[in-house]
Amino acid sequence: MRHQTLNIAALPARAGVSFKPEHFEAIAAAPQPVGFFEVHAENYMGAGGVPHAQLARLRADYALSIHGVGLSIGGRQPLDRDHLERVRVVCARYEPESFSEHLAWSSHETTFYNDLLPLPYTDETLTRVVEHIDLVQSVLKRRMLLENPATYLDFAESTHAETDFLSEIVARTGCGLLLDVNNVHVACTNRNADPAAYLAAFPLAHVGEIHLGGHAVDVDEAGAPLLIDAHDRAVADPVWALYAAVIERAGAVPTLIEWDNDVPSWPVLAAEAEAAEAVLAAARRGRQAA
Amino acid sequence: MMEPHADPEIYDAFAGALLSPEADLPAGLSSWTGKEPQRRFGVYRNNVAHSLVSALESRFPVARRIVGEAFFAGLAQAFIRVSPPRSPLLMVYGDTLADFVADFPPAAGVPYLADVLRLEAARGHAYHAADLPVLDPAVLAALPPDALAGVRLVPHPALRLVASTHPVHTVWAMNREGETPQPIADWQGEAVAIARPGLVVETHCLAPGVGVFLGALASGEPLALAAGAAAASDARFDLQAAFGLMLAGGFFAGLAGEGGSTTPAP
Amino acid sequence: MKTQIASLALAGSLAAALAGLATSAAHAEDASKEKCYGVALKGQNDCAAGAGTTCAGTSKVDYQQNAWKLVPAGTCVTMKTPNGMGSLTQGPAPV
Repeated sequence: MRHQTLNIAALPARAGVSFKPEHFEAIAAAPQPVGFFEVHAENYMGAGGVPHAQLARLRADYALSIHGVGLSIGGRQPLDRDHLERVRVVCARYEPESFSEHLAWSSHETTFYNDLLPLPYTDETLTRVVEHIDLVQSVLKRRMLLENPATYLDFAESTHAETDFLSEIVARTGCGLLLDVNNVHVACTNRNADPAAYLAAFPLAHVGEIHLGGHAVDVDEAGAPLLIDAHDRAVADPVWALYAAVIERAGAVPTLIEWDNDVPSWPVLAAEAEAAEAVLAAARRGRQAA
Repeated sequence: MMEPHADPEIYDAFAGALLSPEADLPAGLSSWTGKEPQRRFGVYRNNVAHSLVSALESRFPVARRIVGEAFFAGLAQAFIRVSPPRSPLLMVYGDTLADFVADFPPAAGVPYLADVLRLEAARGHAYHAADLPVLDPAVLAALPPDALAGVRLVPHPALRLVASTHPVHTVWAMNREGETPQPIADWQGEAVAIARPGLVVETHCLAPGVGVFLGALASGEPLALAAGAAAASDARFDLQAAFGLMLAGGFFAGLAGEGGSTTPAP
Repeated sequence: MKTQIASLALAGSLAAALAGLATSAAHAEDASKEKCYGVALKGQNDCAAGAGTTCAGTSKVDYQQNAWKLVPAGTCVTMKTPNGMGSLTQGPAPV
């Protein structure tokens, strides 16, 4: 049962890497031990030029995940139909194995804030998010994955736990989930919550992809830890431990290493992917032996 | 129970405080510590400012080098509060930064900065422009001399023209990363053509009259009128050299046909 | 009345330009293939969260308030213009 639902994901159940243009030559020079690449949809919404030349070349050799950062699915206002059309065009151009977006908002009124902003979890926001995902899936004619956010504070008016909110979205829309394990660690630490309990309540059977990234460490005014989803360093040890526990339960799931700021050389990034691949390989061996 | 209609306001309050450091913390936000989550909300404020400033920094590296990192960060910060993005497409964010700088008093000492920003913005557009074959010179060569005068050309999607009363190309070129700025003895205005015949964006400093010639052609003037306007604008205009540059540089995509339709090069 | 260039002059200039192109075309094509994928820019929508966060946010906000007092301090101060080091405020408007 668990295997059947997980296999809905068309990405290979291997480790992938977020593609950065500065790595193109290193990647193109030789076949890489990488299961897939992921790109941000918005960076490929220009008409042509180097971005598309590079992505077309990568696409020819690797599975592809397109990850949107601008649809504002958690926003109060209706989705930007022009932007959704741009997403459709990018997906039609590259036919990625996966398209994913965030449980967050980034646009309000006429401004795009370029951050993944949090929303209260209420019946009202649930209805709206479901409507937005229904629209995305009907325009794209594909199932999308929705990513759990990294959050830094709470809303007094929230009436649903995040895991319940996500489960309900999945039930109502048929979308899949993108489980960002770093976000789980960051958000649970920031809320003084237990990440193991969060993961126990997370609908793992619907997870089509996992994200792993690095976070920065700060403190709030009360001296409490404040972790920030900065994607600017290697994956932290507690996140690797949570990841191993998830894979032990769920089996091998396509896993992406995200590194967007202070991007390291390609070998450093590839080594992070190999570390994830080792966890996946162990899970595959375990399943075969069982 | 919570008010079901509290949620519309929280978006307004949250969004309204993001770009306004002086705004109060939106009501309805909490932290498990029981303290007002000022620093926690500050993460979102910082993410918005940092990410938008970074987007501008990566789009305008030469302008940033000219004024220095600290000044550019302050300029960008002032700009994003007045002109935040209207679209999720950050590749076009900052198109109006040059106009903002022209009226930004702290930048008054670098009056050429606005045109450097225009040049860099134009290069960004050329970088992302549609892939289209450039006009094959043989198409022009095959035309009878009589037909040549009335020919109108279709600009290649990457073509951008920037004219400045400052030596904008010289300033831009010598302030690129790795270059060392030199004294500019002859401070004259320069016109620049930006094109992308393949995947590489090319930036050409134009000889006298060529900017007028290309501008006229790009706006649909026939060849004879464009060449006439260029010659009238500057006696040094060299038509042969202008032809050579525009054909080798891939400035045009084809000939405009009847009703404005295009004939792309084969 | 608009100035026009005579057809024969146009044709002559074009023919001369085309002759010049023919000799340089082969080299240009090789060169542009060489640097085919060479110049890739960072994707602007990759600019995400900043690490130092609250501190960086505060300092940038402080800077915003001080921006009016500060002066450009990059390569403009080493680049000599006819009116001094990187400054044109004292000089006549360039032509």
